[in-house]
Amino acid sequence: MRLERRSQASAAALVLAPLGAVAFTLLVSSLLVLWAGAPVGQTYGLLLQGAFGSLFAWSETLTRAIPLILTGLAATVAFRARLFNIGAEGQLYAGALAAVAVGGLHGGEGLALPLWLLFPLMMLAAALAGALLLLGPALMKQRLGVDEVVTTLLLNFIVLLLVSALLDGAMKDPMAMGWPQSVSLVPELELSRLVEGTRVHSGLIGAVLLALLVWALFKYTVLGFDIRAVGANPRAAAFAGVPVTRTVVLVALLSGALAGMAGAIEVAGRASYVTLDMSPGYGYSGIVIAMLAGLNPLGVIAAGVFVAGVLVGADSMSRAIGVPTYLADVIVAVALLSVLVATLLAQYRLRWR
Amino acid sequence: MTEMIEILLNPAFWVAVLRIATPLILGTLGVLWCERAGVLNLGIEGIMVAGAFAGWLAVYQGLPLWGGVAVAALAGAAFGLLHALLTVGLALSQHVAGLGITLLATALSYYGYRVAFPKVSTPPTIAPFAPMEGLGIPVLSAQTPLTLLAILLVPLSAWVLFRTPVGLAVRMVGENPQAAEGQGVSVAAVRTGAIVAGSALMGVAGSFLTLSAFNAFFFNMVNGRGWICVALVVFASWRPGKALLGALLFAFFDALQLRLQQAGASTIPYQVYLMLPYVLSILALVLVARKAAYPQALMKPYRQGER
Repeated sequence: MRLERRSQASAAALVLAPLGAVAFTLLVSSLLVLWAGAPVGQTYGLLLQGAFGSLFAWSETLTRAIPLILTGLAATVAFRARLFNIGAEGQLYAGALAAVAVGGLHGGEGLALPLWLLFPLMMLAAALAGALLLLGPALMKQRLGVDEVVTTLLLNFIVLLLVSALLDGAMKDPMAMGWPQSVSLVPELELSRLVEGTRVHSGLIGAVLLALLVWALFKYTVLGFDIRAVGANPRAAAFAGVPVTRTVVLVALLSGALAGMAGAIEVAGRASYVTLDMSPGYGYSGIVIAMLAGLNPLGVIAAGVFVAGVLVGADSMSRAIGVPTYLADVIVAVALLSVLVATLLAQYRLRWR
Repeated sequence: MTEMIEILLNPAFWVAVLRIATPLILGTLGVLWCERAGVLNLGIEGIMVAGAFAGWLAVYQGLPLWGGVAVAALAGAAFGLLHALLTVGLALSQHVAGLGITLLATALSYYGYRVAFPKVSTPPTIAPFAPMEGLGIPVLSAQTPLTLLAILLVPLSAWVLFRTPVGLAVRMVGENPQAAEGQGVSVAAVRTGAIVAGSALMGVAGSFLTLSAFNAFFFNMVNGRGWICVALVVFASWRPGKALLGALLFAFFDALQLRLQQAGASTIPYQVYLMLPYVLSILALVLVARKAAYPQALMKPYRQGER
């Protein structure tokens, strides 16, 4: 088996590739639904209905999409510079903790600051916490050549244990009847609802704005150019005078900050306190979303809504018909792999000898 | 201090060390085979889950225990083949393909568990491997045959890797695939073989958890052990003997933190002890970073005719 670069990707290949990826994903998941002994059509119908079939379904999907878009952006920024940040999960929790540390009701009272100052301060703390958490692995990669994938993965476990320790100790909400949850934010810091009676909050606007900002950064700024250069070929970039280490460090700060803000926005928009299960793997899903979007910041919005829809829809489908919710994770994983293969086949021709 | 000495003199402590080390030995050997051939396999975390689940399910359905181990190895090999197809055949990013396989293998295992056991709240159990009491060697006779297998695989791996043509071919495609191709070695075939074999070991590593350490399958039971193996192989400079040492050292600290936690004479939250293994892994990576002799072609996809 050999790969041969196509001189020009054909129009047919560009259309067929994503369709093929979708078809393959549906095929695999259909087989799994059959294995569970459920009718395939009805299962997909219920899934779609649960994700996009009503105002309520849309509101749930968009609510779920908010942290996913942000972690997707975090992965996009990092992966563009070939900094494989797999630590968004930990950075999200670090951001959530920092948000509560600054904006929380400690001993029944928040910091005595005006709201217009406290809110930005809370977001800044969250961004900083996420950024600093990724700074270490980025520096270890640049200075010592330590693979950042392993260090960021291991840091996820460390941060989660730290959260667990703090929820038992310093940040424990004494009013929570023994439940491991942090103190709440000052009520005024909570994000407002976009539609009354649903859970969609103004964090959605923030996430979309940040996606636009990241897009503009790539398209119009020198840093964006440097990031693309470092990602394409770090040696050539260094030779051409791009400050590689500085770029990677800036990318780490930016990527970590985005993941940290995902944590703060999730806290301020949903429960208003931190729990150990506030993120069902948003950090990891962000990587999938970034890849599905082809590392395009605007594509991340669409991919985030798609993944959120699959997750929310599978929950509601599972309640109705009993097919395990893990079907959603299979769909997302298969979609990731088949999109990767499809993108490659649009650019390369397979030669059997 | 006396507490420490008491812990260290207790044979039960060393039994625990070897038990904790077993899946790490198997997993690290698995990673080692893949990386020696020049391919990073971040699928390990998910492949261990799949091995744990498939092996356990096979035994639950009536297969003998060794049959379960074989099923786990096959499940690992199957995901290894997929990884090879993606990273060797199609030369996709090894990072992303590996993570995708971890997500897929984990999701499939959890889905399969829920399909097979929709409503159980307490996980169904099997009769796991028994200790090899007839062996008569202290500490080792308290272990199950899987631990013995893991230990025996260390010299076997070293022998194959450094003393046989197969091992030479694996090291060649991991160091300089162009030169290997020039010698008439098929880079794709050797890399695929190494990944499949390594992934089978990862599957067996997972099955140790459900067939020996515990007797049931739990969600999140692998809990980062796969990632720790990826760190351990760097610490071991890609040498089987050092991989064994690394796994034992790591298990020593892990067992120690468990005992100290149980001794409970502390105001330190238990989470700090649980953090130690992960912190140690990062420290180990930093310590060896300067002199780490990565296989030269690691993470570099090889496309015939391209440079």
